[in-house]
Amino acid sequence: MRIRTFGRHLKEGTKNIVRNGWMTFAAVSAVTVTLLILGVFLVLAMNINHIAEVIENQVEITVELDLSIEESQISPIEDQIRNIDGVKSVVFVSKEEGLEQLKERFGEDAYLLEGLEEENPLNDIFIVKAYKPENIDYIAKEITKIDLVTGVDYGKTTVDKLFAVTRWIRHIGLIFVVGLSFTAMFLIANTIKITIYARKREIEIMKLVGATNWFIRWPFFVEGTLLGILGSLVPIVLIVFGYEFLLEKLNSNLTLSFFQLLPLYPLAYQISILLVSIGVFIGVWGSMMSVHRFLKI
Amino acid sequence: MNYMIEMFNVWKTYPNGVYALRGINIKIDKGEFVYVVGPSGAGKSTFIKLMYREERLTKGKIFVNGFNVERLKERQIPQLRRNIGVIFQDYRLLPNLNVYENVSFAMEVIEAPKKTIKKRVPEVLELVGLKDKMAALPNQLSGGEQQRVAIARALVNNPAVIIADEPTGNLDPETSWEIMELFEKINFRGTTIVMATHNKEIVDTMKKRVIVIKDGKVTRDEYRGGYSYED
Repeated sequence: MRIRTFGRHLKEGTKNIVRNGWMTFAAVSAVTVTLLILGVFLVLAMNINHIAEVIENQVEITVELDLSIEESQISPIEDQIRNIDGVKSVVFVSKEEGLEQLKERFGEDAYLLEGLEEENPLNDIFIVKAYKPENIDYIAKEITKIDLVTGVDYGKTTVDKLFAVTRWIRHIGLIFVVGLSFTAMFLIANTIKITIYARKREIEIMKLVGATNWFIRWPFFVEGTLLGILGSLVPIVLIVFGYEFLLEKLNSNLTLSFFQLLPLYPLAYQISILLVSIGVFIGVWGSMMSVHRFLKI
Repeated sequence: MNYMIEMFNVWKTYPNGVYALRGINIKIDKGEFVYVVGPSGAGKSTFIKLMYREERLTKGKIFVNGFNVERLKERQIPQLRRNIGVIFQDYRLLPNLNVYENVSFAMEVIEAPKKTIKKRVPEVLELVGLKDKMAALPNQLSGGEQQRVAIARALVNNPAVIIADEPTGNLDPETSWEIMELFEKINFRGTTIVMATHNKEIVDTMKKRVIVIKDGKVTRDEYRGGYSYED
């Protein structure tokens, strides 16, 4: 394409946007709402994923040993656990130590536990850590097979619940975004259709004197792209600044600082690039939908 | 293979079941001036539209300036149309563009170089006799003048053939004659012209080749013929 031709297409596409003011506004608003909701869901999902990962990495397996276990039987079990693939560390906590830790945790209420030393109800346990969180399941299963192990607990339910929440948020977000994307595409297609109707004769003459289809398409392509980009501006600004504000609030409040949210960068870049791309995609698709039918002359 | 237009057993059936053309065979030489006449609804417009592939034929073969029209791919159609200038009864000018712009538009959209456009447009406007009205808008012109702009637009890209569908249909007799003289002049310079018309007087006076289409068939094809198709 000649540079002059490209300039012409840019000019024509921009002209159309200005000319159909209200339709442009409607189409851009639709893209804005779509991308805003998409952006919020994305930030939410990314953060929940991140938190889930952090928690998952902290997951340890608690291995309870039989109450009747002899001291001499303990270290062979420890060796067996150590030999399982993917095990990072194994720490033995005797029932006496366990009781001490429990008392510490009870703090002022520790008196409630007094007398338990005589008939300690706790088990001797091993605390096992894995190199990779995805190995936890396998390691836990292997440990269960060992004799004299009465229970294996690794907070599976907590992690699973967290992932279930993430999944739900992803599904709901997806449904919203798909529905809204179609609305936005439809509105963009309509906006461009109006432009096309207004220029029906022009297109007809172009076709008759032998303009190529792409020559005719380009201005509408430009128009769709611009509508998509315009629609992504407000969501990007709102989400990036909103997130920055949220991070500041959380960090200044110590009780909430255990929430390890993702840092502003590179999240801001990722979200911006993603939203612009999706905006452009919606815009281009919408415009191509309506041009298509008019080119069959 | 020196003909400008060749049709071999061309059939056209519309999706609603109307048989517009039933086995047309025709050869038009380079540089010919041909009238296509016949009653309304006899298939004249279809005959014209098939040549620049606004309509597609159902059966047969059409060659226009060496292009096998039916076999062209979608993206090759612009190449065919750059060889053909089309003129309509209703002029089809762009109302917001002035005379010069209406003509240059046809060159711009096929991406002709700017220099060529600047040189060529005044030339063509001079040929059609509108050099003094380059800045006028279509609604400031008479019907005859508007049709001249349309003719200039059809000519500007130097097509091998001009196809006109009832070009004098909206014009008074005197203006029609002026337009016909212009077509003669264009034909004289070597451009093939195929014109569908209802204008009996013109056809009878000009004594050119006349193709009569009736009920989708060529019922008469005479050189130096007259209009009459009632027999």
